[in-house]
Amino acid sequence: MVNSPLAADRESPQKSDTTDLADCRDAFSRTLMQLAETDPRVCVIVNDSVSSTKLHPFQTKFPDRFVNVGIAEQNMLGVGAGLANGGMVPFVSGASCFLTARAMEQIKVDLAYSKANVKLCGMSSGMAYGQLGPTHHSIEDIAWTRVIPDLRVIVPADPSETAAAVRFALEYEGPVFLRISRMKVPRLLPPEFVFRPGKAEMLRQGNDVALLANGVMVGRALEAATLLEQQGIQARVLNMSSIKPVDEQAILDAARGTRGIVTVEEGLRAGGLGGMVAEILATQHCAPMRILGVPDIFAPTGNAVFLLEHFGLTAQGIRDAALDLLGGGPSIA
Amino acid sequence: MSHPGIAGQVEGFAAEPFADPAELQRLANHIRLSAMTMTHRAGLGHTGGDLSAADILATLYGAVLRVNPTEPQWPERDRFILSKGHCAAALYAVLSMRGFFPQNELATFMGALSRLNGHPDRNKVPGVEANTGPLGHGLPIAVGCALSARMRGETWRTFVLTGDGELQEGSNWEAAMSAHQYGLDNLTVIVDRNGLQQGDFTENTVRLNPLAAKWEAFGFGVVETDGHNSAALLELFARLPLVKGKPTCIIAHTVKGKGVSFAENQPAWHHGVPTTEELGNAALELEAEVTW
Repeated sequence: MVNSPLAADRESPQKSDTTDLADCRDAFSRTLMQLAETDPRVCVIVNDSVSSTKLHPFQTKFPDRFVNVGIAEQNMLGVGAGLANGGMVPFVSGASCFLTARAMEQIKVDLAYSKANVKLCGMSSGMAYGQLGPTHHSIEDIAWTRVIPDLRVIVPADPSETAAAVRFALEYEGPVFLRISRMKVPRLLPPEFVFRPGKAEMLRQGNDVALLANGVMVGRALEAATLLEQQGIQARVLNMSSIKPVDEQAILDAARGTRGIVTVEEGLRAGGLGGMVAEILATQHCAPMRILGVPDIFAPTGNAVFLLEHFGLTAQGIRDAALDLLGGGPSIA
Repeated sequence: MSHPGIAGQVEGFAAEPFADPAELQRLANHIRLSAMTMTHRAGLGHTGGDLSAADILATLYGAVLRVNPTEPQWPERDRFILSKGHCAAALYAVLSMRGFFPQNELATFMGALSRLNGHPDRNKVPGVEANTGPLGHGLPIAVGCALSARMRGETWRTFVLTGDGELQEGSNWEAAMSAHQYGLDNLTVIVDRNGLQQGDFTENTVRLNPLAAKWEAFGFGVVETDGHNSAALLELFARLPLVKGKPTCIIAHTVKGKGVSFAENQPAWHHGVPTTEELGNAALELEAEVTW
C-alpha cells in the first residue's frame, strides 16, 4: 500500500510524549460519534484510512453510515457531494496530503463551486508524517484551499477547538475544510469552547509584538510569548484557526496596536496564513512582518519534531523572529 | 407524489408523461434544434454531443424521471446527473421544456450574467443536480446520491449520463468499483457511446472497447442499445435494475450530431457552431421549430 500512512501510526515518534499532550484526532472521532447519535444525517467517508482517522469506533457503531471507498480520493470527494445532494452530511476523512492534492478539482468543483454540504477532514496535516517524507507532508493545503471561494477553512489548535470545529461544521450549511493534526499538542482552550468562524481568539494580550499562529503552532507561540516576557517584551498571541473567513479586524488591530506581526504556521511560507496576513496588511495597513513556516524546499528526512526545529518552528525560533522584527537581533542562548 | 409530467411549455406536447416513442422523438428533435439555436446565438457550444444525447434526455425527462418542476428540491425526486456537462445546452432545453424555468430564457445561453452558463450550475438553474464540466465527476457524485438514498431508506433512483470519451478519466472506474462494492442497484449509468471525442474517434485516441466487458468486469448489469430508439430505451428503463443487487450500465450507441446530416459523425462538430443557413437546414431535417 504505497499511499498507506499506517506504518507511521505504529512508528509515530509522538507516541512517547507525555500524557499532558493530546492528539486532536481523538477529539475529532469522539465528537463525530456524539453528533451521529443525535443527527441521523451524519455519515463518514474514508479512503481506507480507518485507523489514521481514528474512526474505527464510528465504523463499529454506525456501520450503515460509514462508507469506505478504498484508496480512491477523487471518487471519495464526489461520493461526498452526492451524499450531501441526498440530504446526508458527510465527513470525508483521510490523510490531508492525499485528500487535498489528489482531489483538488473535486474540492473546487464538487464541493466549493457546488456549495455542497460536505465536511472535508484533512488528517495528519503539516509535517506530522515526518520521516515518511514530502510525499506525505501536507504543507500546501492551506495555500490551495484558502483561495477557493465558498470554502470554509479551519485549523484547530487543540482538542477543545477540534471538537468545537466539528460541531460548527455540522451546524454550518456548506463546504468546510478541517485541517486536523496528529502531532500531540497542549490543551489550550476550555472543553466548552465554541468555535466562531471569522473570529481570532486573543489568547494573550500584549502591545509590543503580535504572534499570529494556528494549529500545532499556537502552543509554541504561547511558549514564545513567555520567553519574550522574560526579556521584557509583551507579545500578543492570536489563534488564527479560522483561515476563511478570516478576522481582518483582529489582524488590523494587531498591526496598529503593536510594532509588528510574526505569523507562524506548520505549512509553506508561501500562500498560507502568512501570505494571507500580508495581503491584508499590504492593502490596508502596512506593518513589519516575519513569516515563519516551511521555505520553498522539500523537507529533508526527519521526524515531525525534528522538522519543526529544522525550520525554526519552535518557541525559540518564534522568539528570535520577534526579536529580529523588533530590531534587537536574534537572541543567542 | 404523482409524476408531475411534462409541463406543456412546448406547444402540442402532452401535459402528462408520455410513453409514446413518437412523442419522445418529437421532444428529442426540439431539444436538438433548441440546443443548436442556443449554440448559434452564443457562438459557442457543443453541438455534436447535444445531438447524440437528445433522445436519452427526452426519454428520461419525458417518461422516466420522477421530478417535480414546481418543487425542484423535492427530497425524494429521482436524481439525474449530466456528467458530460459540456452538453448543458441540451440539458437546459429539456429542463425548460419540462417546466423548470421559462423556455424563452434559453435565448440567454452563455450571455453575460445569464444563469445558463456553458456548463450547468445547480445553484442557479432549477433542476440541475450537479455542477459538471470537468469530466469524470458525474459518476462519483451519482454513487454518493445512490448511497444517500440507501442510507435514508428512500426509493428514489439515480441516473447519470456520461460521455464515452470521458471514460478515459480514472475517477469513473474508482466510482464504478464502489458502486459494485455497495451493490447500488438504484444507480443507472448511461453511456452516450457516440464514438467520438473532441479530437478524434475514441478508438483512435485511447480505445474503450471492449466497453461492455469492462463494465461487466466492474460489477455492473450491462445492456447495449440504440440510444436513438426511444421505445428501446423506455423498455430498458421500465425494468431497472437489470440485475438485482447490481448497478446498471446502459451503453447507448449513438451518432454524434444525430439528426442533422452535415453534423453526423464529424469530429469537427464536437464544438461546431451552426451558421444561420445551417440552422435553417437543421430545422427542416429535424421538422422542428424554435419560437423563442
